[in-house]
Amino acid sequence: MTSTTPPVGAGPLQRREARLAWGLLSPTLISVALVVILPLLAIFWISVKPVELADLRAPAPVVRDALRGSGDDLRLEYRLRNSSQEQEVRNVVLTATLPDGVLPAGDLPDACTLEADRLTCRFDLFEPGHRDRLALPVTLDGTSADAAKDALRAAPATATGESDNVLTDTTFTLDNFRKVFDGGEFWSVLWVTLFYTVFGTIGALLFGMFAALLLNKSFRGQGVLRGLYLFPYVAPVIAVAFTWVTLFDPFSGSINALLLQMGATEASINFFGEKPLALIMVTVFEIWRYFPLSFLFILARMQSIDTDMYEAADMDGASPFQQFWYLSLPQLLGILSVLFLLRFIWTFNKFDDIFLLTGGNAGTRTLTVNVYEQAFALSNIGAGAAVAVVIFACLILFAVLFFRFLSREEGL
Amino acid sequence: MNLLRKGGVTAWIIGALWAVTMSICVAIVISFSTGRPLAPTLLSAAALGGLAGLALVARKGEGLALGRWLPVGGAFLVAIAAHIWDGPAMRGTAETGALWMAVAWAGFAATVAGPLLVMLKELQPGPNSRHDFEAAVIRFLTGFGYVFFTAIVAIPFYVMVMTSLKSQQALLANPLDFSIDLSRGTDLFRSYVELFRDFNFGRYMAISAFVSVATVAITILFSVPGAYAVSRLRFSGQAVMSRSILLIYMVPMIVLALPIYIGFSMLGLRNSVFGLLLIYPVTTIPVALYMLQGYFRGIPAEIEEAGLMDGLSRLKVIWKITLPLSLPALASVSLYVFMIAWNEFLLAFMLLDDPSKFTLTRGVAMLNSSEIPRQHLMAGAVIATVPIMVLFLGLERFMTRGLTAGSVKG
Repeated sequence: MTSTTPPVGAGPLQRREARLAWGLLSPTLISVALVVILPLLAIFWISVKPVELADLRAPAPVVRDALRGSGDDLRLEYRLRNSSQEQEVRNVVLTATLPDGVLPAGDLPDACTLEADRLTCRFDLFEPGHRDRLALPVTLDGTSADAAKDALRAAPATATGESDNVLTDTTFTLDNFRKVFDGGEFWSVLWVTLFYTVFGTIGALLFGMFAALLLNKSFRGQGVLRGLYLFPYVAPVIAVAFTWVTLFDPFSGSINALLLQMGATEASINFFGEKPLALIMVTVFEIWRYFPLSFLFILARMQSIDTDMYEAADMDGASPFQQFWYLSLPQLLGILSVLFLLRFIWTFNKFDDIFLLTGGNAGTRTLTVNVYEQAFALSNIGAGAAVAVVIFACLILFAVLFFRFLSREEGL
Repeated sequence: MNLLRKGGVTAWIIGALWAVTMSICVAIVISFSTGRPLAPTLLSAAALGGLAGLALVARKGEGLALGRWLPVGGAFLVAIAAHIWDGPAMRGTAETGALWMAVAWAGFAATVAGPLLVMLKELQPGPNSRHDFEAAVIRFLTGFGYVFFTAIVAIPFYVMVMTSLKSQQALLANPLDFSIDLSRGTDLFRSYVELFRDFNFGRYMAISAFVSVATVAITILFSVPGAYAVSRLRFSGQAVMSRSILLIYMVPMIVLALPIYIGFSMLGLRNSVFGLLLIYPVTTIPVALYMLQGYFRGIPAEIEEAGLMDGLSRLKVIWKITLPLSLPALASVSLYVFMIAWNEFLLAFMLLDDPSKFTLTRGVAMLNSSEIPRQHLMAGAVIATVPIMVLFLGLERFMTRGLTAGSVKG
């Protein structure tokens, strides 16, 4: 008699389903690995390398060829140089094809060999900034100098060489991190980031809630207003950021003209150029641009609250503010905290807005803007990567919080 | 608190605050639409508004309590004083002209009286119940909110459009003047003509449209199978997958952009639309996958099982049953992804240097230079904004649903 026991482990159907699932997911997983995971790993690697912006162009030999002289003195000239002033290039090989009808008329330069019409020259080493000139006497046979020049232009000589690449060798340094944490600058950047993130997030939430309360009733034109209030979020950041810059321009800006005319200010204010004001302005911009998002979510949540509860509260004599405080707010707490977390992280990550408004000047340099500043303005890619690593560390902290929170919040 | 709830006091305060708001609004509207100088005089506006509020409540009462008349008297005094020193509610100069002053005052009177009537309709002279008092305050806050939000949203867009239609001299002469000189005829659109003719904006628009549509197509192609797997199929790691998708959303673009810049520089992919198309979809796939899996979960599994029983393969089930049922979700996701790709600035800015391959946002960034006049920059901003706005307004239903489904449900 065979005993019937439930099957152990995954059955064939189940395994097939799992295989199919991974198959369906694989395009996503592979692309994410290539574009997200790989760069993230690269950031850690670069952050401990002494890489400058100039190092991205690897040193290479550069060659220019030309047909010079005339008559008996006709020669093919190859001018070679090392493109880098700092690094040597090794094993340089020059390859050129002699045009049809151009024949060598003298000794080849020492470094060169000629096979049929293929000229190959080898050099062991090019010092930094090294230049060299090779001349090959030639005669013309059945072709004109102009035709030969055209042929040269059509198939120019090429040169290859080997050089050290600071990105792939094994020199490591902690200078990048030292530079980032050096002096008081880092702490001021961190403080600006925190100010921007905290006030930008809270402000966007408060304004979003206010707007949601306004539109949480049906009246004619409600749809129009809702569409209108989403404009700042939907429009391209570049358009609205430049509009704000134009609007608040200290010389030709309308807001300054308005304030002057109303007598609210004596002299025009440089909104995006003065130290404490610029930070406040970029935070206000952040609030302005992202209140629609919180507004949308909060409104969606409000509309799903049962209205019976409010009727009952009305019967019991609760005043409107009491209804909001004791009935609506507790219902909205879930969505508010989720929004707070999401917005907090996204504001922390925000780069474009500040970059377009102030370029990180006038005390508005956040961590993300600092990545760009270090890597491109100061041409120190390594230091930029080091800042990126700091950002990433902060994000991991947030992610831990986020996951802990998610497990409690069933709505998501 | 009890004093605040007296009808007269409430009405006086609400009236004053509303009138101040309205005097500022009317002054801004007149200034921005005609360019004529007009400044609100807040004190006298407050006095007038307070008076209006009082009058609206007092007409309901019969007895004359001292508590009602004290603020009335005070308001009168302030109003009279303000009238002497300043214009009533708004002050213009000779340049403003009598006609526009009259328009401004008429507008002020109408926008103060009308809404105040509604706001104060339930208030009685003397003590009010907490309910009526708060209802009046809420109606005031509502009115203020509509005005405030509409102003902060509309003004920048209004300025953007109007600046693009002005000439450089007119802009510098009076930054407040956004009136359109209709006699210029088609010359009004000179900035746009120059952008399309001299700055290659037609090409940038085509590139942006191509990149955005391609991004949408690739994103949908990748995320539909992924979302289906996460929402329907059972496999170990399913729960982890559906959660960690959102984590990718948390990685800042600038952190990725730096290594991508380096990699692309070495591979020679910078300055190519193809390079952009390698990156853009990956930034949108996680969001799309997350939105779609939520929607797929809502489709009854029985329908698909019926398909399986009838001999369809899984892929056929997705193609013939799941996808047709989720067309609205696909529309939302496509619209959202299109918006992200169309608006994307950072990568385009870092990776594209060759003006013949710019996307629209990169092209607008190019206009931000001291040599190019401001109205060109604003015209560029309008060109970048209008297509996305038209799409958005036309398909707002999908858009809002897409945005909300993107992160949170319920």
